[in-house]
Amino acid sequence: MRYLLIFFFPFFVFSQIDSLEISIENGRLLYDDFCVRCHLPNGKGEIGIIPPLAESDFLYKHMEESIKALKFGGIDGEIIVNGVKYNSRMEKMGLYDDEIADVMNYILNSWGNKSDKIITEEYVKKLKK
Amino acid sequence: MKRLLNALTVFLFITNISCAQFGETYVREDKNIVTPSEINYDLELVHEKDGIIWAIEFFEDNSILATIKSGELIHFKNGEEVYIKGLPDIYLRGQGGLMDIEFHPNFNENKLLYMSYAFEKEEGKGGSTNIARAELINDSLINFQVLYEATQGSRKGQHFGGRLEFDDKGFLYFSIGDRGNRDVNPQNLKLDGGKIYRIKEDGTIPDDNPFIDVDDAKKAIYSYGHRNPQGMFKHPITGEIWTNEHGPKGGDEINIIQKGLNYGWPEITYGINYSGTTITKNKSLPNMEQPLYYWIPSIAPSCFEYITSNRYEDWRGSLLAGALKFKYLERIVLEKNKVVYREKIAEDLGRPRDVKESKDGYIYVSIENKGIYKIVPKL
Repeated sequence: MRYLLIFFFPFFVFSQIDSLEISIENGRLLYDDFCVRCHLPNGKGEIGIIPPLAESDFLYKHMEESIKALKFGGIDGEIIVNGVKYNSRMEKMGLYDDEIADVMNYILNSWGNKSDKIITEEYVKKLKK
Repeated sequence: MKRLLNALTVFLFITNISCAQFGETYVREDKNIVTPSEINYDLELVHEKDGIIWAIEFFEDNSILATIKSGELIHFKNGEEVYIKGLPDIYLRGQGGLMDIEFHPNFNENKLLYMSYAFEKEEGKGGSTNIARAELINDSLINFQVLYEATQGSRKGQHFGGRLEFDDKGFLYFSIGDRGNRDVNPQNLKLDGGKIYRIKEDGTIPDDNPFIDVDDAKKAIYSYGHRNPQGMFKHPITGEIWTNEHGPKGGDEINIIQKGLNYGWPEITYGINYSGTTITKNKSLPNMEQPLYYWIPSIAPSCFEYITSNRYEDWRGSLLAGALKFKYLERIVLEKNKVVYREKIAEDLGRPRDVKESKDGYIYVSIENKGIYKIVPKL
C-alpha cells in the first residue's frame, strides 16, 4: 500500500496542477469576455468606481462573499477595498458554476495575486445566497 | 489646415496606442467635448430603481414602462411599481437579458408592445437575440408572439444589440450585434449578427427588403457590417433611421441606416482592439460606408435620441447619446449632417442606458443602479 501511494502521489499532484492550469486558461478567456471592460486588463478597475481585483485586500478577506457576488450578482451597499470606498453593484453575469471557478482561479493567479486555494465547481455549487 | 489635421490625427492615434500599452488605469478624457459653464436644468429623480434600466417608453399619460435587464418589465404608475406579467424565458448572460421595448405606433388602439431579449433555445448552447410582440392588457402580456429569432446561439457575453424603432411606413427596425464573433458574422448575409433588420409589424418580410432575392441570405437584413448598435431613433424630419454603435477602442460610430449598405465592420474601422493591437489598417474601402461621425476616445454609446421639444432653449434639433464610459449624456449639434458641437449633459450622474423624450416634451434618462431622471429646465 505504501509503495502504491509513493507511486501514485506525484501523478495526483501533477494532475491537480494540470487542471489548475486549464482552469486558469479558461478563466482568462472568460475574464476577457465578461469582466475586462470594467475591471480592465490589469485587474486594477477604476479608483472609487470599479474595485480592483489585483492585490485587493477585500478579495482575500472576503473570498466567499466575493465569489457569491459573482454567482448571484453584486454586493449591496458600500465596501472598502485597499482603503477606498466603492458602492456600485455589479450585475449578475450569468456564468455557470464551473466558469465562476475558472474565472476566480484566473483572478487569484494574475497581476501579482497568489493563492494556495483552488476554487472548484463543487465549491461554487454549494454557495447559497 | 489639412496637414495640421492629419498631424493631429496621427498624434491622437499614437497617444491612443501608448495609453493602451501601459494598460488603462484611468479613463482617458475626451478633450473635444465642452462642459457647459452654466447649467440651465435640474435633474429630478422620478423613479428610484436598482439594476440596469435598459429601456423606457411613455404611455399617453406620460407614465413610464421600463425594462430591467435582469428580466423585469415595470410600469411606474403614480409612484408605484407595477410588475408586468407574462414575460418570456430570458437568457441572462453578460450583456444579454431583457433589452428594448417599443410601443406600436398605434398602441392606444391595438395595445401591441414589441420587445427584444436574449434567448437560449437549447440549454447550454448559448443565447441569441429574439424580437417579439404581445398585447399589454391589464398589466399582463398576452398573445405573445416571437417575430424574429436570431440563429447561432453563442455562450459569448457580448454584443446582443437589441434596439428597436418603427419608421413612418410602420416597418420595425432592430439591431443585433456581432455576438463577439466579428470575423464570421457581420459580413456574412447568411448569418445573423452585426446587422440592422427590417420587418413588418407582424414579423413578415417586406417585399422590397434588399436581400430578398439573395440565395440563403437572412431576408430580414436591411444593412450589415455593424458591431453593436444600441442607440436608434427615427429622424422626425427625414424619417431615416439613425443609429450609434459600440465600436472597438476609438471606433464608436453614428450611422444613417440605408437599405442594403455595408457599414464595414470589421473590414474598416477607426478603432483598435481593447488590448491596443490593430484590427485592420483600413479606415475606408470601396462599397463600404463611412460613419457620419466616430468617437475618439470611445464613449460606449448606449442610447440615442433626437430632441424635438421646445422646452430646452436651443436644444431642439440636437441629438442625445448616452456615454456609458464617461457617465454623461452628450448633446450633439449637427449642421448639414456634420457634427459641429458636443457638450456634456447630466455629468457624473451615472451610466445612462436609455434617453427619451416624453409625450409632453420632457427628456428622461435612465441611470444604472439609480433610476429614472427627468431633465427639468430652470425657469
